[in-house]
Amino acid sequence: MRKREVLNEMRLVIDSRSANESFARVAVAAFIAQLDPTVEEISDIKTAVSEAVTNCIVHGYRNGIGSIWIQARIYSDSRVMLRVRDKGAGISDIKQAMEPLFTTGGAERGGLGFTVMESFMDDLKVHSVVGKGTTVTMEKKIVQRR
Amino acid sequence: MPVVINQNKGIMTAALSGEIDHHTAKALREDIDNAAQCARPKRLVLDFSEVGFMDSSGIGLIMGRYRLTQEWECQVELTGASPSIARMIRLAGLGRLGITGV
Repeated sequence: MRKREVLNEMRLVIDSRSANESFARVAVAAFIAQLDPTVEEISDIKTAVSEAVTNCIVHGYRNGIGSIWIQARIYSDSRVMLRVRDKGAGISDIKQAMEPLFTTGGAERGGLGFTVMESFMDDLKVHSVVGKGTTVTMEKKIVQRR
Repeated sequence: MPVVINQNKGIMTAALSGEIDHHTAKALREDIDNAAQCARPKRLVLDFSEVGFMDSSGIGLIMGRYRLTQEWECQVELTGASPSIARMIRLAGLGRLGITGV
């Protein structure tokens, strides 16, 4: 199998303020636009970014403001990789956190963040260390229409 | 205005617009709850026709309003969801709660 190449990459660091949720998903969507994705693909990616960034804000940095690192990569096989990382609280039980409707975020959180990321993207990996932070890595194939 | 609320003969319609995420959901929640607690409608219709983006914070918004209005046995109905919002609603299994229009 031919090794895939990185064709383009962007990195973004934002404060964990809720006003940045919209900025983060729009910035990633604008970067991905060069692949000429469908409206549905853009919507899926924006949703996944929004979920990941919200998790950093609501759970990772629940007691204050910290930095969120966002990385987006376009590969030669038309796959997009998104990585969202915080240096916040971390998750003690990733399996439990990924169960639909499980939340520690209070009555107004749906507990669906990871379920949505898993469903809207092709691949999801979560790495977390309590007290050190969480890294979410997702991939999605963008269907080339050209 | 991210939400316009109309009331008519026991039916309250909350027409949402713009983007629904964790940041915007708080103001929407407060506006809907204030109106619903005063009027205690028989039916609450959440209209998503003018919503351009919604993440799972929107599901939290729907579930929270469902819980609140169950206090007086109000029927919650969803309308105008785009394909992507409808997919999110299906993923959350809101139909199982008796919320209609999903």
